[in-house]
Amino acid sequence: MSDAPGPAGDDASGADDGASVPAIRRVAGTGVPLRGDDIDTDQILPARFLKAVTFDDMGTYAFYDRRRDEDGGRNDHPFNEYRGANVLAVNDNFGCGSSREHAPQGLMRWGVEAIVGESFAEIFRDNCKSLGIATLSVAPEEAEALQSFIEANPDAGIEVDVREETVRYGGTTVEGEVPDAMREALLAGIWDTTAVMRSNLDRAKAVRDALPYTDD
Amino acid sequence: MSEGTLYDKVWERHKVADLPNGQDQLFVGLHLVHEVTSPQAFGMLREREMEVAFPDRTVATTDHIVPTTAEGRSRPLADERAEEMLTHLERNTEEAGIRFFGLDDDRQGIAHVVGPELGFVQPGMTVVCGDSHTSTHGAFGAIGMGIGTSQIRDVFATGSVSADRKAVRRVEVTGELGDGVGAKDVILNVIRELGVDGGVGHVYEYGGEAIRALDMEGRLAVCNMSIEGGARAGYINPDETTYEYLRGREFAPEGEAFEERREYWESIRSDEDAEYDDVVEVDASGLAPQVSWGTTPEQVVGVDEPVPEPSETRDPDAAETAQAHTEVTPGETMEGHGIDVAFLGTCTNGRVADFREAARVLAGREVADGVRALAVPGSGTVKRTLEAAGIDRVFEDAGFQWREAGCSMCLAMNDDALEGEEVCASSSNRNYVGRQGSTEGRTHLMSPGMVAAAAVEGAVTDVRAFDTADEVGRSVADAEVDG
Ligand code: SF4
Repeated sequence: MSDAPGPAGDDASGADDGASVPAIRRVAGTGVPLRGDDIDTDQILPARFLKAVTFDDMGTYAFYDRRRDEDGGRNDHPFNEYRGANVLAVNDNFGCGSSREHAPQGLMRWGVEAIVGESFAEIFRDNCKSLGIATLSVAPEEAEALQSFIEANPDAGIEVDVREETVRYGGTTVEGEVPDAMREALLAGIWDTTAVMRSNLDRAKAVRDALPYTDD
Repeated sequence: MSEGTLYDKVWERHKVADLPNGQDQLFVGLHLVHEVTSPQAFGMLREREMEVAFPDRTVATTDHIVPTTAEGRSRPLADERAEEMLTHLERNTEEAGIRFFGLDDDRQGIAHVVGPELGFVQPGMTVVCGDSHTSTHGAFGAIGMGIGTSQIRDVFATGSVSADRKAVRRVEVTGELGDGVGAKDVILNVIRELGVDGGVGHVYEYGGEAIRALDMEGRLAVCNMSIEGGARAGYINPDETTYEYLRGREFAPEGEAFEERREYWESIRSDEDAEYDDVVEVDASGLAPQVSWGTTPEQVVGVDEPVPEPSETRDPDAAETAQAHTEVTPGETMEGHGIDVAFLGTCTNGRVADFREAARVLAGREVADGVRALAVPGSGTVKRTLEAAGIDRVFEDAGFQWREAGCSMCLAMNDDALEGEEVCASSSNRNYVGRQGSTEGRTHLMSPGMVAAAAVEGAVTDVRAFDTADEVGRSVADAEVDG
């Protein structure tokens, strides 16, 4: 295989690797409330829809089973009722379960650009970072208050500020936490790490050579 | 901040650089690849005109979508989309020069079974895979991390991942396990105690006498379910059990090289005076076989304990919804709860020792009327090893279907699925609603021995009540097997 260094050049921001990586400072729009702890990736994107070699259709499959009645008709699931929203409001341990990037891909392609909730499963949150979806952790009662606000005011504006680590709605500002790595990555537009890591390929090789097991 | 733990040492050895986002770039010692999460990553790589940087550190297999009947595996596969995924993987691995265990290779199987049993996974490595159960490989004293598809692209392109260092929690499992109680019960109990989100922000270092006493299959089962406890990774310090398991494996070092490597393995063990961010103790003495009653892996009880009232659980609303789904009754034990399907296999419990444990229960017995019973070895190697010892016959004589290797009914991406409201006694790791292919289906997680016992009774039952010292059981199930 090629030993040539990647095409990253000297721009460590990773902006020239062929992927568009805009900085994301804030996400403004309307909300979609989704209540419940431990919502797993099997619910977000059922396994039978993983049988595809691209992510193109994943938006259609987000919460597919939850959005339908037994006869296949659409029910009153928030993903049916709040179309056009881009800020998802969840509770505790959202996105637990499998590592499938199909789950955040599905949410993103449905329209989600930021998620506010009590906490997130780690692989899910890493995947969000890779895709440039902001996640903001807030206190449990704040997550519930936001959900109630959206339910009462479905068209009201909501703004997630990545730099300030806040969510603003209806005259309220709630402080939360965007993980440092995600915050840096989103603000600087470096959430796509391939190019910057590729520019360190020689160092990666040096690490490999120093490891005792890599000559097998 | 932890210091002197295996996690710290392995991390330092693999660190390539500080990244501008504050994370570390870590070299990946072993990248396991399968058909579901890789095609998109290969696609992204092609778009950027990049090549796989370290094909020799990469190993691929096919597991999630493969049919598990011999007929079903003839090509092209009947399911067009499954065929497309498999074809993509074949082409992608060939182009990149990546070793691939496909359907025509008798070592094919679940990535987390194949990697360990062929000796690819060794202590002191970093192991990643586009699959959350990569935590499994921590059983060797490696750092195993599940990653998403964009990160798979990163690993292909750079041989590294961008990651931040987690806090290290020592999970000390004390006490001695009783007969009929094993690794699966230990980990279900740990998750029950610490919660499905208890491990968020942490890696778990499992230790203590109950852990040290486990064989490698048991350790793999424990580390496998770290992710169900919210921990991205979980590991066990390597010891003689680890080294003996590795000796003679196809891709493990041999002779002098083995002894040299062993020095490295010893050197990355957590120091006696290592500092942990957190230490918790879980007592396993007197532990009963564990069974899940709900729809998350912390909704678990001992088989002889009553199912809790929702109000006694961490999340009463969730417990109530779960109990409505599984139709279990709080205040009553799980014993006698009827099942329709018994499923043995998966990356948690699809190894030789797991099937041997089930065979001890099944020998000379039969699956109850009306129960559909599937035995799905985790790999071709597991299957052949068991067949060589005649253990497949125990399953077939008892009325189990003896299948080809794959993920099968763990997530039902092939034809093996629950139908309607079927109730399944399962040796898998996830009981989420819909996980086994039917949104009305019900999953009860338990050990392989407990699944076998449930298959025989047609209902959840305490495996400890089964006489496994039975003559037939002994002679067949204890036959010398390597594995
Ligand atoms: S056996 Fe189940 S948990 Fe393991 S890799 Fe396959 S689908 Fe995932």
